[in-house]
Amino acid sequence: METVTANKYTYKDFANDQEVRWCPGCDDYVILRSVQKALPEMGVKKEDVVFISGIGCSSRFPYYMGTYGMHGIHGRAPAIASGVKLANPNLSVWVITGDGDSMAIGGNHFIHVLRRNINLNIILFNNEIYGLTKGQFSPTSLVGQKTKSSPFGNTQPPFSPGELAIGAQARFFARIGGNAPKEMTDIFIEAEKFKGTSLVEVLQNCVIFNDGCYVKYTDKSVREDKQLFVEHGKPMIFGKERNKGLMLNKLKLEVVTIGENGVTEEDILVHDAKEKDPTMHQMLVRLEYPLVTGIIRSYDDVTLEEREDALTAQIKSKSKFKQTDDLFFSGETYEVK
Amino acid sequence: MIAAEKPRSEAEALEAVVIRFVGDSGDGMQLTGTQFSDTSAMFGNDVATFPNYPSEIRAPQGSLYGVSGFQVHIGSVEISTPGDNVDLLVAMNPAGLKTNLYAVKPGQTIIVDADSFTKKNLEKAQYATNPLEDGSLSNYRVIQVPMSSLTKEALKNIEGLDQKMITRSKNMFALGMVYWLYSRSPEHTIEFFNKKFKTKPHLIEANTKVLNAGYFYAETIELIPNSYSVSPAKMQSGTYRIIMGNTATAWGFLAAAEKSGLELFLGSYPITPATDILHELVKHKHFGVKAFQAEDEIAGITSAIGASFAGDLAITTTSGPGLALKGEALGLAMMIELPLVVVNVQRGGPSTGLPTKTEQSDLLQAMYGRNGESPVIVIAASTPANCFTYAYQAAKLALEHMTPVVLLTDGYIANGSAPWRIRKVEDLPEIKTRKVTEVKENWHPYNRDEITLARDWAVPGTPGFEHRVGGLEKDQKTGNVSHVPENHEVMTQVRAEKVKRVQSFIPDLIPEFASEGDLLIVGWGGTYGSLHTAAKQLYDAGSRNIGFAHFNYINPLPRNTEEVFKKFKKIVVCELNNGQFANILRMNFSREFLQHNKVQGLPFANNELLEKFKQIVE
Repeated sequence: METVTANKYTYKDFANDQEVRWCPGCDDYVILRSVQKALPEMGVKKEDVVFISGIGCSSRFPYYMGTYGMHGIHGRAPAIASGVKLANPNLSVWVITGDGDSMAIGGNHFIHVLRRNINLNIILFNNEIYGLTKGQFSPTSLVGQKTKSSPFGNTQPPFSPGELAIGAQARFFARIGGNAPKEMTDIFIEAEKFKGTSLVEVLQNCVIFNDGCYVKYTDKSVREDKQLFVEHGKPMIFGKERNKGLMLNKLKLEVVTIGENGVTEEDILVHDAKEKDPTMHQMLVRLEYPLVTGIIRSYDDVTLEEREDALTAQIKSKSKFKQTDDLFFSGETYEVK
Repeated sequence: MIAAEKPRSEAEALEAVVIRFVGDSGDGMQLTGTQFSDTSAMFGNDVATFPNYPSEIRAPQGSLYGVSGFQVHIGSVEISTPGDNVDLLVAMNPAGLKTNLYAVKPGQTIIVDADSFTKKNLEKAQYATNPLEDGSLSNYRVIQVPMSSLTKEALKNIEGLDQKMITRSKNMFALGMVYWLYSRSPEHTIEFFNKKFKTKPHLIEANTKVLNAGYFYAETIELIPNSYSVSPAKMQSGTYRIIMGNTATAWGFLAAAEKSGLELFLGSYPITPATDILHELVKHKHFGVKAFQAEDEIAGITSAIGASFAGDLAITTTSGPGLALKGEALGLAMMIELPLVVVNVQRGGPSTGLPTKTEQSDLLQAMYGRNGESPVIVIAASTPANCFTYAYQAAKLALEHMTPVVLLTDGYIANGSAPWRIRKVEDLPEIKTRKVTEVKENWHPYNRDEITLARDWAVPGTPGFEHRVGGLEKDQKTGNVSHVPENHEVMTQVRAEKVKRVQSFIPDLIPEFASEGDLLIVGWGGTYGSLHTAAKQLYDAGSRNIGFAHFNYINPLPRNTEEVFKKFKKIVVCELNNGQFANILRMNFSREFLQHNKVQGLPFANNELLEKFKQIVE
């Protein structure tokens, strides 16, 4: 990717003249603006940026960008984006998807893009509901949740996107509340920097069909006490008083209070996002109190393009075939007069 | 026991097939060959055989002069010789391969017992390097089967067999495979075991088990026979090579990529009988080919759509059920007006159907298998060699008209081999893409060429052309999302008209033999060989009132189609389906179309066509 001096652009360069049509108050606006604010900081040229989406409320996203974009078909954005990136590895490719798009109809493409580790960025808008089709439960809806298609309560247990992703070998996984634009912007910048498939799950509130689904974690009044925002190399401490932290108790994570029972800051686990072994990352993803946000996993690995490039260069250097004529006339041929 | 199904012989449709079994003199090749020819004769084939074995009863094992062979020539037409060229060689050891390779035509199939290619056996056969690994067999279709170990495994629970007995029954594994390949039931041979080993039930069980194991193995790996194809009698001068249809298809795209200056991207998921195109294209990384084996059929086509958006020559390859899965994405490619070629190597349907057999029953799926009004170009190759031409042409039309193209081939021509006059890339027609680089004022993604109506191709990475495409309907001018009723109608007509205008860029239909008269034989796609042969036979025998018109372009149809039709009193449309092309013609032209159809997973047989045509003319 050709880089440009950061800040050559402003967020306006990445917007366009189209009227944004999400419901008033939707977190999607926050995500859109955060992306537009993050892009000028990434040092990529506008013409090299491509947004690919599937179907759903979130998937209208490319239409509101000033970059190249494609509004694809339901669930297939990761596969379309893989084709874009393999065709031109110089592009900065972004997938916009929702919990229905990526976990239900597009589940297969979602796991395989992560397994392959193609260098692209996925923003997963998780609102635990189907919005565009007006309120059915999704693969991340909770058991018991009453929706248009589960009037007596949902009976299907949910996926945790992070758990599924890391199980599918995701090398980069971050999670952030839909009401945290600053942290979100920083995470998008880190996702772009990361070489490999980066998955960012945004806990996005749907004001119409699932309003308040995350308030117990994301509301400003409880956020500091209920969320642990992790940073690589720093102790996992949270709480208004900054006195809560995580320790290991046998094979489980345990919330402890610094200053009680002889616990000091040195006893608190230090976050290692770059560790290859995903065991701790899975434990962090699964934790319900505190809810872990920030970059949970960021393990540097070889990308598919790097493997392909190396192989192609090696074969090209050895091959006797420089153009198709060489191939067509090779081996057994004969003349007809 | 294999359920007794009515045996259908491949050789009823093929004019003739020559099969040679070779191995060590102790490998039982004579018995294998005799069983195959007896079974074939019982099915009503004409048969000629030619046993060839060493004078020593037991020459040194694995040596070149110890090779024993048995050749069988079977066919639906009169067979007068055991055949000159071998279509299928079954080699049980390296010595057998070495001494018999000369007789096998390039492009044909060789089945080997891979377990026998040991260092010791290779030395005995005087091979310096292993021919299965050194690339010397690249002109053949080599099927490596670990026959010795599979035989051993099949027999592991049978009491009373010694090592020698186990080793010696691997010939029945080979025979089982060949029975599957040519649609013959193993029943006759099992009866033979029952008689021969009356007093040794463990040998009946063992031989039956191995025979069936071979039969099922061939079925499991979806082994396909190299189908026979008719080559033109008078050949244009030039340099030729023997090529398989699927290889020719792959090479057509290689040539188109080079000619257009684009990189080739294949998104594909393995499916019989299309997989050989993937196998071929993965070999050509030296040309920068990006062959991506995707997680499913849908990812195969959608990754290709992504690659096309990013500026590659993008293709996806599949067979019937795969095309069904790709339908929605093909609609997207049509809607966003990107170049894309979808190759459908047709097989017997519906559903999983007959994966290894041929049929032409995906025509209407290719034409209409999408939601909404979604016309695409549909073309069909008609011989193994012209798969090259039509793959090239499919790429050219897709790129120049900014639309998806469905290229139809079928199992019969895809696995058939024929002489191909090699084309130099410089001699192929120009391909001019619609890529834009120079920024224009007020540019919009739906800026169209006045003549073709093809839109501009602005690829990511090009400054000043940032735009969004998508499955939602777009405004005809700005390319922004539009739900305006009149606009939707305009865009629908433009997309249809764009495909229709391709008519001006494809050749006219040229009937062969009579250009006016009593009967016009009409066909399309892979049935060219059999229809052409039958029409020629009638013409040569004096029926100067019979013409033959074969279609390679289905949507749009050639411009002069109606003119050609008008000159004949009767038209018979011959297809390997229930009349799909006949119905397309009925939608386009108001006249009577007679039909001749066959849905057995087999090509037309010569005598059935002759009978049908004579009956119509009388």
